[in-house]
Amino acid sequence: MKITFNGQLTETSSQDLQALVTEMGAKEPFAVALNGTFVPRTQCSSTHLTDGDSIELLSPIQGG
Amino acid sequence: MREEKPLNIYGQTFESRLLIGSALYPSPHIMQEAICASQSQIVTVSLRRQNSVSAGEDFWQLIKDTGLTVLPNTAGCHSVKEAVTLAKMCKEVFATDWIKLELIGDEYNLQPDPVALLEATEILLQDGFKVLPYCTDDLVLCQRLAALGCEVLMPWGAPIGTGKGLLNPYNLAMIRQRMPDTTLIVDAGLGVPSHACQALEMGYDAVLLNSAIAGAGCPVKMASAFNHAVQAGRAAYIAQAMPEKDVAAPSTPTMGMPFWHQN
Repeated sequence: MKITFNGQLTETSSQDLQALVTEMGAKEPFAVALNGTFVPRTQCSSTHLTDGDSIELLSPIQGG
Repeated sequence: MREEKPLNIYGQTFESRLLIGSALYPSPHIMQEAICASQSQIVTVSLRRQNSVSAGEDFWQLIKDTGLTVLPNTAGCHSVKEAVTLAKMCKEVFATDWIKLELIGDEYNLQPDPVALLEATEILLQDGFKVLPYCTDDLVLCQRLAALGCEVLMPWGAPIGTGKGLLNPYNLAMIRQRMPDTTLIVDAGLGVPSHACQALEMGYDAVLLNSAIAGAGCPVKMASAFNHAVQAGRAAYIAQAMPEKDVAAPSTPTMGMPFWHQN
């Protein structure tokens, strides 16, 4: 299916968020949002993906 | 003389009244040294797309090594939904219920959107967050935010990164006067240590700044300067300044003055 991952259109075979995070090689620490809504890490495995989903995977960065 | 009390942020107390940002330093090493020189106990951080910047993982380790309390922000958010989502993501990553709530209403001067800020604040407070809203220096807005349950407010001194100092001391003084029990932190727009000193002299509980230190010729030296300025300003507030007068009053006694009006 086609999804948008961190702003990039991507093809994936992952069926849920946890599988996608693993497929993308995410490094700790991070948090995930699906279609603009936060998904707790504990719910990533049970959150299924559908074609056209938009996923954001964010990590710590400098801030003011 | 006023009574000295430590900085209180949602029941947690701090000796330092300088909150420092972690962005814009020439190098990670200088950031660490500047944070140390500032003697800050609270450092601000944020979240961005992984791999969008090179510092990510290493940066977070550096921040953890400082041992400081972390204050995540929602910088760059333009809608309530964006800000609420980013706040929740920050809570998970940084394991804190503190959030510096930034919700930009105008792209040109990065002015906070007061209407959206109130809405997002209410949602996050109900969700258990301890919200530190970055807001304009509008008394009624500040009162509304406090009425929602905010124990800490962060009105701007000037637009982010401008270094202009306290553009509207009257507004800031009025907020301080009308809200004596709220922790007030001037956030953004400071350029030199005297700006921070002025805020503390007015009775503000602390200042939060980043660019003024990170953008200085020597960030480490400037961090130390801001630390001293904040301490001086607070000491002056505790000491209570003399009343301002419109006419001169001699400080040297006039009694016993020789040649007094003999001509």
